[in-house]
Amino acid sequence: MLKKTALHSEHQRLGAKLVDFAGWDMPIQYQSQLDEHHAVRSGAGMFDVAHMSAVDLRGERTREFLRKLLANDVAKLKTPGKALYSCMLREDGGIIDDLITYFLTEDWFRLVVNAGTTDKDLAWISQQAAAFGVAVTHRSDLGILAVQGPQAREIAARHLPAALSTPALALGAFQAVYEGDVFVGRTGYTGEDGFELILPHAGLVTLWGALLADGVKPCGLGARDTLRLEAGMNLYGQDMDESRHPLESGLGWTVAFTEGRDFIGRAAIEGFRTSCPQGFVGLVLEGRGIARSHMKVRFASGATGETTSGGFAPSMKQSIALARVGADFDGACEVEIRGQWVAARVVKPPFVRNGKVLV
Amino acid sequence: MSNIPTDLKYVASHEWIKTLPDGTLLIGITDHAQAALGDLVFVEVPQVGRVLKADEACAVVESVKAASDVYSPVAGEVVAVNEALAGAPELLNSDPYGEGWMWKLKPANAADVDGLLDAAGYAKSIA
Repeated sequence: MLKKTALHSEHQRLGAKLVDFAGWDMPIQYQSQLDEHHAVRSGAGMFDVAHMSAVDLRGERTREFLRKLLANDVAKLKTPGKALYSCMLREDGGIIDDLITYFLTEDWFRLVVNAGTTDKDLAWISQQAAAFGVAVTHRSDLGILAVQGPQAREIAARHLPAALSTPALALGAFQAVYEGDVFVGRTGYTGEDGFELILPHAGLVTLWGALLADGVKPCGLGARDTLRLEAGMNLYGQDMDESRHPLESGLGWTVAFTEGRDFIGRAAIEGFRTSCPQGFVGLVLEGRGIARSHMKVRFASGATGETTSGGFAPSMKQSIALARVGADFDGACEVEIRGQWVAARVVKPPFVRNGKVLV
Repeated sequence: MSNIPTDLKYVASHEWIKTLPDGTLLIGITDHAQAALGDLVFVEVPQVGRVLKADEACAVVESVKAASDVYSPVAGEVVAVNEALAGAPELLNSDPYGEGWMWKLKPANAADVDGLLDAAGYAKSIA
């Protein structure tokens, strides 16, 4: 039996095509995935991401605990409301999940974790938290709605509780504000400006209806995937997982090797700072076809690799991919598509940000 | 409900076949197929002159989601292809039985078409 978010019947009413995503019956698209993609790049779209989980951590030693738990360093979070993207690692450096941490008060931080990893994340976090006296609460009473696009903040602010409208519009990037149980973060997974809203399920359904009436386009997980790929953002389970560490997944920038900080996984990955056999690159397909995940990549230098995510980039009208390749990659690059080697160009993601093609 | 014109023939792998007055066959994918695939973003048609066997994978349609093979409904030789699809793969979504045609085939044996599904048979196969 698939799990359903509070908006499930709304998705059905809107004619969405529903698929099993990590055990949830979720909309992959409504009418056209391409239209949904373009709506987010040019206007405003919204995504039901209530399958993801908010997890509250409370206790005096929460910051100290997170400095141990996460590969990025929450010491960077100096003002309440600030958010940080991080990987959570195993002792051997494998990535358990990637998540966002919000610093709310010194004894309260909030994590947002992936749907497919929620159970194992909760088990791991709870196990590690015990020694720090930190209480771990899965906020399954709350749902998450992402409203994204150049017009998203302005439209969404009109429908927030009065006390939040002005502070929400004043948020800087990667900042959040809350009032009671309604939480607004200026974060996202599309490469566009926007909010991620965390609130009780009943309020989320009401807000969805108000946004729909105000012209925000419902978007499915299909558009979410092409948007995040263009934005050069990794997808957990596809671009990285427990068998991969951040430095071979294009996520070295998220690991803070702060002097003396003993985070879980540090010892295993420290050596890769100076020499990592695997690199992670963006590819733009120059020949005909569409690159998909798990296609072979080769270079004139003899280096080889594999695409981890790939597809059609609607904003670029051509195919792009993320790929894990030998660190000695150099020279002409090709991707094997159904038995044929197709030319590709190596680029540094993101491919698209804030409506503009960057590569 | 998908559109299944009664004047065409079909195969269960979602191709449609229209017999033209000169005996050649126009081939494309059905409305049901394009709807299931979603927005199409890349189409590869067979080369003119290629000789195809029945059920041979000879074309590829790629949507935002995935790549799918398209099969030749009967044996024959490709005599023309829809060049417009290279620049406008969305024609397969907007007009699958018209401007979204894929290739024209000169059948090895005209009678082969008679054995294919009619509209009712295809409707049943996708029910």
